[in-house]
Amino acid sequence: MRSSKTARSSKPRNAPEPATLERMLHYLKLTREAEARIEQVLYRQGKIVGGVYVGRGQEAIGVGSALQLIAGDVVLPSHRDFSSFLIRGFSLADIFANWMGRADTPTRGRDNTLHIGNMKLGIIPIISPLGGTCPVACGVAMVLKWRAQGNVALVHLGEGTTSVGQVHEAMNMAGVMKLPVIFIVNNNGYAFSTPVEKQFPIKNLSRRGPAYGMPGKAIDGNDVRVVYRAVGEAIAWARRGEGPSFLECKTFRMTGHSAHDGAEYVPARLLQSWAKKDPIQRLEKHLLSKRIMTRQGIADLDRRIQKEVDAAVADAEARPLPQGESALEGVYCGPDCWWKGRSQKSEVRSQKQGARSKNTADDSII
Amino acid sequence: MPVLTYVEAIRQGIWEEMERDPSVFLLGEDVGVLGGAFKVTDGMLEKFGAERVIDTPISESAIVGAAVGAALMGMRPVAEMQFMDFIACGFDQIVNMAAKMHYRWGPALPIVIRGPSGAGVHGGPYHSQSNEMWFVHTPGLKVIMPATAYDAKGLIKSAIRDDNPVIFYEHKFLYRRIKEEVPEGDYVVPLGKAAVRREGKDVAIITYGAMVWTALEAAGELEKEGISLEVVDLRTLLPYDEEAVLGSVRKCNKVILLHEGTRTGGMAGELAALIAERAFEDLDGPIVRITGLDTPVPFSPPLEEYFLPNARKVIEAARKLARY
Repeated sequence: MRSSKTARSSKPRNAPEPATLERMLHYLKLTREAEARIEQVLYRQGKIVGGVYVGRGQEAIGVGSALQLIAGDVVLPSHRDFSSFLIRGFSLADIFANWMGRADTPTRGRDNTLHIGNMKLGIIPIISPLGGTCPVACGVAMVLKWRAQGNVALVHLGEGTTSVGQVHEAMNMAGVMKLPVIFIVNNNGYAFSTPVEKQFPIKNLSRRGPAYGMPGKAIDGNDVRVVYRAVGEAIAWARRGEGPSFLECKTFRMTGHSAHDGAEYVPARLLQSWAKKDPIQRLEKHLLSKRIMTRQGIADLDRRIQKEVDAAVADAEARPLPQGESALEGVYCGPDCWWKGRSQKSEVRSQKQGARSKNTADDSII
Repeated sequence: MPVLTYVEAIRQGIWEEMERDPSVFLLGEDVGVLGGAFKVTDGMLEKFGAERVIDTPISESAIVGAAVGAALMGMRPVAEMQFMDFIACGFDQIVNMAAKMHYRWGPALPIVIRGPSGAGVHGGPYHSQSNEMWFVHTPGLKVIMPATAYDAKGLIKSAIRDDNPVIFYEHKFLYRRIKEEVPEGDYVVPLGKAAVRREGKDVAIITYGAMVWTALEAAGELEKEGISLEVVDLRTLLPYDEEAVLGSVRKCNKVILLHEGTRTGGMAGELAALIAERAFEDLDGPIVRITGLDTPVPFSPPLEEYFLPNARKVIEAARKLARY
């Protein structure tokens, strides 16, 4: 394989400009507010059904990493990286509507939560058996390497997911082939109820990087500026053709595993100590102390975000639910996609119409 | 017209598609320098280079997953499983990632996952399975198994051009045992279409893969007794050709469903249900299944022979059914 040329600048964008810092605060706050609306309002109102998973407390990882991406890069977020979807260009209303199972959404009601993707935006969603996106990131990175335009793939996973065999396969393949892929682990202390000490017998997962022939680094995942810098370095390394990296972002899950999990198994003192490291408060403090933003400016931002979220929820709620029989559409891509749907649909209809069963399928009513 | 073996026909089909379309590439264990355990990809590394013929680590999940990622980026990967028994190691990527992706969020996913399956070569439990039903039960996949060299070439070309994940089962017993005239250059065999291999009027045998040849052998013997068998080769198992199955049942009014894979939950059960639902009044006898046993595929030759359907078993069942 050819090594990647550095068509674009390979210099790490380390220290964020003031404008970038303001964007960071915007996305941190927008993510927290949007997820709060999902978890604490829409879910409790019964407007969102099914599982609800949010990333409260760990927003800095998605924000700090996605803001380093450029056109042509591809991100494969975890289910706790809401901000990656916003930063890559998904509309907030589309995201809410997808959570609500509406028809006019990225999945047309076929899948829930953040299982939304769009290759034009360079975003590939997870599947619920976690770890599967790591090999997919390798395939994306193979093609990016052939195209030699200095683009990268960035895949997010939780510390629990690192126990899945596919992650080993992917890290090994990435190392062997020197692929431009960055593995970003959000180590948030718990995988559902399982604490880290039952998940792996080492203190820092970052040690695994060198075992696969790539740099490994453990960082403070609750400091968005630290995440931004570390991801920037890893991306520059990949854009230069040096291959993959592994970043362990230490953070904490400030919620249950899901909205229906009270997380009584998490000691209160842990939550209390991590509350003091909240990524939004830390960035606000930095912006105020450096006089990049004023208290008034932050209050204005909060109001704008409330309005943005209100409008997006209203837009999503106005969209219709899908028709039941549209479930049969699009199992296959292309002219064959109506295959099985056709005869099953006609069966359903003829039963509804009380028609006598026949030996031949009647497709003419479609 | 040149005479090709089944394995040569697959190779020629892949070769032509790689010449035709630069987005087609190969990945798998030992597909490059070695040319594959069965030499399906022999010579391709030299012809197409290491970027398009990629030797991978022993990692079926990563092989299939990388194929998914590359397909999302606009490529048409052809991934080899060294034996289809090992496809179990890539199961999550196939059934949860690839099969559902178009339905969930809409992208095309042109992937072929191909490799040798089937028994009859004393491979034991891990080099002999016919596990196609794992995937026939998964909406979003297409599942193919050619029986002839002509079809092997035409179907692999269709599979590579298809915008969906296709599981392409080759039968290793046929690789070098089947030879026939295969046209040079471009032709395709459409997915989803069965073929009537032999016309008959008394009993229809619906089958696929190596068992097509077993059915034809039995049909030749029974002809001497005045029993006329019609042999239908499904070629595509998902989505299968319902009309071809029903057409032969309506014509012969008696049917044997024959395959090498195990019985419970097998293709024969699916076909029997279809026939019972849609051709019940056309039947003049019970639906008969002849299949592999509900056991792992055993190694020792007498055990393997007992496990597999053969022409003798088909002949006995057809005689009985013809008298019914």
